[in-house]
Amino acid sequence: MNKPEQRAHGKQGFSRRAFLKGSGAAAATAITGAQGLAAEEQATSVVSGMTTITLTVNGKPQKVEVEPRTTLLEALRYGLNLTGAKPISVDGSSGGSTVFVGGKPASANTVLAIECVGKPIQTAESLEGDPVPAAFVDHDASQCGFCTPGFVMAVKAFVTKHPKATEAEIRQGLNGNLCRCGTYAEIIPAVLDVLKGAGNG
Amino acid sequence: MVEYVWPDKKDVSVLGGRHDKVDGAAKCTGTAKYSYDINPDKVLIARVLGCPLAHSKLKSLDLGPAENVKGVVAARAMKNVGDEIQWQGDPVAVVVGQTEGAVAEGLAAIKADYEALDVFVDDENVEAAESAGRAEKAGGKVQLAKEPKGDDPDFEEKEIERLFREAAAVVEGRYGIQAITHMCLEPHGSTCDWKDGKLTAHLSTQNVSGTAGQFASPLKITADDVTVHCDYIGGGFGSKFAVDRWDSMAATLSKELGRPVKLMLDRDLELKNAGSRPSGFVDVKVGANSEGVITIWDSHHWTAGGFGGGGVNQSVVPYVIVPPNYRRRVTNVKINAAPARAWRAPNHPQGCALSQTAIDDVAAKLGMNSYDVFLRNLANVADKDRAAVYAEEMKIAEGLMDWKSKWHPHGKGPKNGSIVSGLGMAIHTWGGGGHPSSCLVKIHPDGGVEAFLASQDLGTGTRTVIAVVLAETLGLPVGAIKVNIGNSKYPTSGPSGGSTTVGGVSESSRRTGLDALAKLFEKVGQKLGVASDALVAKNGRIADKNNPQKSLSWNDACSLLGMTPLEVQGRGAPGRNSKLSGSGVAGVQMAEVDVDRETGVVKMKKMVAVQDMGLVVNRKTAESQIYGALVMGIAYALFEERIMDRKSGAFLNAEIADYRLPRLGDIGQLVVEIYEPDSERARGVVGLGEPPVISPGAAISNAVANALGVRVPILPMTPKRVLDTLKTRSA
Repeated sequence: MNKPEQRAHGKQGFSRRAFLKGSGAAAATAITGAQGLAAEEQATSVVSGMTTITLTVNGKPQKVEVEPRTTLLEALRYGLNLTGAKPISVDGSSGGSTVFVGGKPASANTVLAIECVGKPIQTAESLEGDPVPAAFVDHDASQCGFCTPGFVMAVKAFVTKHPKATEAEIRQGLNGNLCRCGTYAEIIPAVLDVLKGAGNG
Repeated sequence: MVEYVWPDKKDVSVLGGRHDKVDGAAKCTGTAKYSYDINPDKVLIARVLGCPLAHSKLKSLDLGPAENVKGVVAARAMKNVGDEIQWQGDPVAVVVGQTEGAVAEGLAAIKADYEALDVFVDDENVEAAESAGRAEKAGGKVQLAKEPKGDDPDFEEKEIERLFREAAAVVEGRYGIQAITHMCLEPHGSTCDWKDGKLTAHLSTQNVSGTAGQFASPLKITADDVTVHCDYIGGGFGSKFAVDRWDSMAATLSKELGRPVKLMLDRDLELKNAGSRPSGFVDVKVGANSEGVITIWDSHHWTAGGFGGGGVNQSVVPYVIVPPNYRRRVTNVKINAAPARAWRAPNHPQGCALSQTAIDDVAAKLGMNSYDVFLRNLANVADKDRAAVYAEEMKIAEGLMDWKSKWHPHGKGPKNGSIVSGLGMAIHTWGGGGHPSSCLVKIHPDGGVEAFLASQDLGTGTRTVIAVVLAETLGLPVGAIKVNIGNSKYPTSGPSGGSTTVGGVSESSRRTGLDALAKLFEKVGQKLGVASDALVAKNGRIADKNNPQKSLSWNDACSLLGMTPLEVQGRGAPGRNSKLSGSGVAGVQMAEVDVDRETGVVKMKKMVAVQDMGLVVNRKTAESQIYGALVMGIAYALFEERIMDRKSGAFLNAEIADYRLPRLGDIGQLVVEIYEPDSERARGVVGLGEPPVISPGAAISNAVANALGVRVPILPMTPKRVLDTLKTRSA
């Protein structure tokens, strides 16, 4: 498991390929307790069953018990009691578990927790006071609210990447998230408000 | 004597204003805790194994291999060997374990054998259902304006024949609307916590007050030892009124294992088991006079509400517009699918889609403007009191849609390449009277105010509605009222279904607030030397209305209570004599679409909804209900349906990636107008959740028919159905 080409993937903690290869016998390669160490110095070991890793969530390093197969979503919800990201679909097609991993939006139910060691993770809970949820509240862009934290994260990513988006671009660019109550008509003006910098009002 | 009325429009402070949801920030930043999110210490995870076959018999079940999986704590059967199973996904067993991974491995290890039995799921085909023995007559009604002379046994047939013969236009059609599922984004389930002979059930429910007893009996305890808790529910839409088998299983497992157990359905099992809306199909023949007014209606509709029958009730066909002569018959078709559950406005969306498409076809046949035909048919609106409201709302909708300038006769619009556009409309009705509700109001000596109701918030903003009503009543800002709902130990409030909640909780909180205020006024009156009935509470002060100088701040007034809070419990009294709430609404919707004749894709351009709802409590959340209903309507008009394999009965699209629903880019422009003249306001609060979801199916279907010049007969109007229609019925 220590072949150099696999090590190369593990610069930021853990190699997905190494995991996939090692997972045949319900075991996996993981770097444990490796937070802050350079990849080359990290000890690589085969683990199965429960192991403790450190995830940096919303700026705070926290220890969490996971299995190699534990998804980031399960680690957040059961390990850290951060339940804003929701289990809605099996494959990320609802966008309900959207969080940021390494600054990029990801469906937390399609990412393994051990893949996220060493990468900053951001969840909707960190957005208290942020203009995006404020604009959602202002436009009443939530009903039951179950999809909303994931939608808020998707919008946060969208407005960061497209600060000058038009309404047509909003309608094109935010189709990865599903809302059953039908709050889209309120989300569109909420996003426009955020882009205008009026979301705090 | 306290008079239970709303303040005059000129006197209101917060009632009817635009208020943010008091729990909006919690919902948007993920701190709101749903049943799925409750993680008591040492919680175990339970998941269900669904039967992979539809109609079948369980031949053997071996849970041993599951129990041997590391991390699995227990496995239990939910069916006995020999049991007949009627639909795919019916729960067969449950596995409890330490982690999701262990439970998934345990479920995969279960060894079960089934014997496949004959399957019928072809609800569209009534002839096939009849020959398969799956069809059952489910009543009907005949109404003819003319009395039979003597006792002619053939009068009915002859009279109907005569009416069709004398009609200026006759249209015939077979229309339909497929079954859809509730697709609650938070699936059904609960986190059950048994401790010291008592159960706390964190249940995803629309019925906080009514579910404790359902948990109790299988556990051999009484309802007083059960607390049902639900602060937030991730969608219900009519499917979450009861404690389901899997909820009772979670409670039993918690009792047995001595640890909390969380059992939520997986997405596919959620769609297969936990709620669908019945399909409906109709053969209809309609006759109209030269003005387009329907004179005779003759229909046979069939409907499938899953296994166990039931479905679209006979009373909703024809829908709202009920001609003087009609004959309607219903057949229930029994299919191998889970029993249907109430879906937002039960019966009405299907009734509207099956009926008002036929009315629009009359307009097409006569070459008339659909608007004029609907307007003339208002003469036959079943609820005569509402006929004038429909006419007013049509006028407003026409303006918002710019109907007059956009209108063209069916199939005769300009073509933009392969794109044609069209307009359609429909009208609807609903009751929406408030449900029974009790409310406890506590006013603390330091001025704090709390309300307690065992109600729930489905996303309509129940907490906010209660806060607005009490704020208005006590003369305080909305944020000053702390609203506690979602716990069965609070005073009983009805289940949230049928648009009854806002009427119900507004009634109970207004009455209780007024009662509490009257008690506080007695103390303030003594202090100020003013008759208590001369006092008013406004802007955080209690003052003599004849001499506003004589007043106390809210906090000073409350300090007169001494050491203990003032507690008042009251009950709403909805019904004919109530001035606080009413029932019965109209509602008009118009749709504008683009249809691509080459690809079959229907694109929403614009929808207009004009809706009455009596007195508005919170305009912002009320509008949201209408926007949301339009999106759900667009969903069943164009996108969503349960797709079942005819041979195996397999539910083919029971995952989110396969079950098409509209996304943000699919909705076009939505325009919402609440119709609230003084006459409406005087009716008190009327429920709003259901009505605006009714018309979209018919309105959008009529718009597509107007664009193409032919009717796409079945909803949802997928590209395939549009192209098939164009192939078989050239315009």
